Amino acid sequence: MSVGYRLLLLAGLVVAAVVVVTPTFIAAPKWWPWQQPVRLGLDLQGGTHLLYQVQIEQAIDNHVERIAREIERELRDAKIGAATVERVDRSVHVKLANRDKRSEARRLLEERFANVLETRESAAPDAPDLSMALVEREVVRIRDGVVDQALNVIRNRIDEFGVVEPTLQAQGEDQIVVQLPGIQDPQRAKDLIGRTAQLEFRLIAEGPNVGTVQAPGPGVQVLPGLADGGGRTQYLVEKRTIMTGDAVTNATPMQSTSMDGMAVNFELDGRGAKLFGDATTQNVGRRLAIILDGYVQSAPQIREPITGGSGQITGRFNFKEAQDLANVLRNGALPAPLTLQEERTVGPSLGQDSIRMGTTSFVVGSALVWLFMAIYYRGGGVITDIALLLNVLFLVGAFALGGLTLTLPGIAGLVLTVGMAVDANILILERMREELRLGKTARAAIEAGYDRAWSAILDSNVTLFLSGLIMLQFGTGPVRGFAVTMLVGILTTLVTAVFATRVMYDWLVTSRRIATVSV
Amino acid sequence: MKARTGSAAPGARRGAAAPPPQPKFFALIPPNPGIDFVRLAPRMALLSTLIIVVGLVSVWTRGLNYGIDFTGGTVIEVRFAGPTSIADVRSALDHPELRSVSVQDVVGGRGNEFQVRAQQREDEASSVADVIKTALKERFGEGTFDILRVETVGPKVGRDLWRNATFAVIAATVMMGIYIAIRFDLPVGVGAAAKLLHDVLFTLGAISLAGMEFDLSTVAALLTVVGFSVNDNVIISDRIRESRKKNRRESLATLVNLSINETLSRTVINSGTVVLTTTALFVLGGPVIHSFAFALLVGFLIGTYSSIFVSTPIVLALEERRTKTTRR
Repeated sequence: MSVGYRLLLLAGLVVAAVVVVTPTFIAAPKWWPWQQPVRLGLDLQGGTHLLYQVQIEQAIDNHVERIAREIERELRDAKIGAATVERVDRSVHVKLANRDKRSEARRLLEERFANVLETRESAAPDAPDLSMALVEREVVRIRDGVVDQALNVIRNRIDEFGVVEPTLQAQGEDQIVVQLPGIQDPQRAKDLIGRTAQLEFRLIAEGPNVGTVQAPGPGVQVLPGLADGGGRTQYLVEKRTIMTGDAVTNATPMQSTSMDGMAVNFELDGRGAKLFGDATTQNVGRRLAIILDGYVQSAPQIREPITGGSGQITGRFNFKEAQDLANVLRNGALPAPLTLQEERTVGPSLGQDSIRMGTTSFVVGSALVWLFMAIYYRGGGVITDIALLLNVLFLVGAFALGGLTLTLPGIAGLVLTVGMAVDANILILERMREELRLGKTARAAIEAGYDRAWSAILDSNVTLFLSGLIMLQFGTGPVRGFAVTMLVGILTTLVTAVFATRVMYDWLVTSRRIATVSV
Repeated sequence: MKARTGSAAPGARRGAAAPPPQPKFFALIPPNPGIDFVRLAPRMALLSTLIIVVGLVSVWTRGLNYGIDFTGGTVIEVRFAGPTSIADVRSALDHPELRSVSVQDVVGGRGNEFQVRAQQREDEASSVADVIKTALKERFGEGTFDILRVETVGPKVGRDLWRNATFAVIAATVMMGIYIAIRFDLPVGVGAAAKLLHDVLFTLGAISLAGMEFDLSTVAALLTVVGFSVNDNVIISDRIRESRKKNRRESLATLVNLSINETLSRTVINSGTVVLTTTALFVLGGPVIHSFAFALLVGFLIGTYSSIFVSTPIVLALEERRTKTTRR
C-alpha cells in the first residue's frame, strides 16, 4: 500500500476514534453520530455487585416433586388408590393401596409420562410397587433452562424495583452476576432477588393420624410459620399441595382486612381459580395454610367456598415488604433457590477517589514515559510519542465502541499498556541505531529496523496475549477488567506502535525526503 | 504531526550531506558494555536461590496475607469524618456476633480510614456486614463515618480458588515455555519456563515478606509478569540466534555474552518504561490496587534480571550438554 493510502487509513481511524470517544469526556451535541460514553464499572461509579449460585440440583428435585404430585392426582382420577407417592432423589416411588392394580397403574403412568419418566424394575423385597425415574434428557433440559429462567425472573423483579441500568449475566454453568449501579444499601435488593417466592396452598392436617410436632403422622409435615397473634409457631400441614404460585396472574399490596399492617391481594388464572374453588368447596371449615418459601404466612379457616379466583396473603407486612412480595408473586417463583456467594459494594466516595487516583497515575506514568522517549530517542521518540497518544485514543475508542466497561483495574491496564507499548518502538529504534552505526542510509535503517524487530515484537505480544487469555479464563470481575484492557491494548499497540509509526517514517522519507533520521 | 516531526527532522537533514561514519546517540548504556554475564551467572544464581529460599521460608512460616477472595469473609472499609483511633474502632467491634475481627489502617488511604475484616458465619451471607455497620453506628453515631466499600465472599468461592490460581499460573508458565520452544528451540523454552518459575516464586516471597495482601488481583499480576517477563528472553534469544548464524566459529558462551551485552540497552529501557508506569500505579494508584501494583513492580524488576542471569545460563548448559551428546 502506498504511503498516501496508509496515511488516509490512519487518519480515518483517528477521526472514528475521536468521534466515539468524545461523548465520554464532554456532552456531545444531539447531531453527534456517537452518543454512548465509555461505561464505568461499579468500582468507579459506586454500586453493588452480587454473585449468586443457582441450586440446579434443587430445581431438578422440585421438578420431580411436582411430577409426584401429578402422579398422585392422575391415580386418584383413575380411581387407583395410592397409599403413598414419594420422591426419592430423581425417582418417584408409588405404593398402591391395592397391589393388584399395579399393571393398570403402570400402563397409565407410562402413557401419561412418556418421554419424561422411565420405569425401573426392582426385585428387592422392600421395593415400591412402582419406581419411575426422570429420564436423563429431561435432567439435561431442566439443567439448561434453569439459569435462563432464573435470569428472566430476576430481571423482571429488578425492573420493577427501579434500578438505572442494572446488568444481569449468567457466568459459568450455574452462576448469575447482578450489578446494581448506584445502590449503596443492597439489603432490600438482596431480599428481592434472593427470595425463591414459592407460594403454596396446603391444608392444615386434621384427623386421627396427624401426629405431633415431634412425630408427624404419614403425609404430614411440620412447617414454621407466623402465629395468629404474631410471633412464631409450628404448623402441622398436609404434604399434598392444592395449588402453587404458578397460577397467580396479578398481585397488589393492600391494607389488610383482618390484621394490622399491609397484605397482598392476588388473582388466579382460570385453572388456578377452579382448583382453588374446588378445594375450598370440599374443605369448608378446615384451615388453609398459605405457605411462602416453606414458611406459613397465615392459616385462615375456610368459611365458605372461594370461587372468585382471588385471595389475600396477610403477615403484618410494612408497605415496602408488601410491595416487594407483590412484585415477586407477580413475576413468578425462581425455578431453584439461589445462594449469595459474593457481594461487593463500593460507595460513591471511594469510586470518586479511585477515578481521581487512577487518572493521576495514568497522567504521571504516561508523562514520564512520554518525556523519556522524546529525550532519549529525539525524533524517533517524538514519533513514538505520537503513536502512544493514538494508542490511548484507540484503546478508549475500542471501549466506547465495544460497550466494554472500564474499571479501576482496567485503568491500571491502560497505564501498563502505555509502558509496554513503547517496547515495540524501543526494539525498532535500537535496531535502527545499530543499522545507522553500520553506516546505512536512513531509508535502509528504517527498513531494517522494522523488518528485524518484527519477529521479536510479535513474539512478545503473543506471549502477553496468551497470559491475558488465561487471565480471562481464570478470573472474575476485577481480573477480567484488567485482562480485557490488556488484550485490547495489545491490539491497539500493534496498530499504533508498528503500523502508525511506520507510516509516519515512510511519509517523512518519501514526501519530506529526509535523508537521515534522528533516533 | 508535521510540526512535531519537523523539529526533529531539520537537524537530521543538515547531517545528510556527509553521514558520519560512527553516529553518536544519546544512550544510558553503551552499545556493548562488555560485561561477562556468563561468568557472573553462577554467583547470581546462588544469590537468587538464597533470596527465594528466604522468601519461601517467609511464605511457609508467616504465610501470605490472603484477601477475602481466598478466605471468605467480610471486609468493610470506613472513613471517619473526624480523627478516630484504631483502638476505638476495635473496641466498638468487640461484639458477640463477630468472629475473628481485625481492624487496620487502610494502606495508602487518606487517614481516618480503617479496614475491618471479619469471618463469615456459614449460614447467612450479609449478616456480618450489617452487624459491623450497626455496631459502628451505635458507638460513633449516624453520619460520622462513610462506608467506602463492603465485600463479602462466601466460603464456598474461596475453596477452589487456590487450586484454580495455581493452575492458571502454572498453565501460563508452561504455555510460555512451549511457545518459546516452538519459536526457538527446546533449551530456550526450558530456560524461559524456569526463569518464569523463578520470577513467580521470588514475587511470592516478596509479597509475603512485605505483608502485602494476596488476592485475586495478585494472581492477575503474577500472570501479567509471566506474560511480560518472557519478552526479554525473546529479545536475547532472537539475538543469539542471529549471532550464531553470523559467526559459526565462536563458542556459544561468547556469543551469548555478546548477545546479552548488545541487547542490554533495550532490555533495560524496555523494562524501564514499564517499571516507570508501574511505579506511578504503586505510588499514586490508591489503596485498592496497592498490592496489585506491588506484585507487578517486583515481578517486572526481577523478570528483567532473571532473563539475563537465570534463563540464559540454563539455555547455555542445556545446549552444551546437547552438543556433547551429539558429538559422542
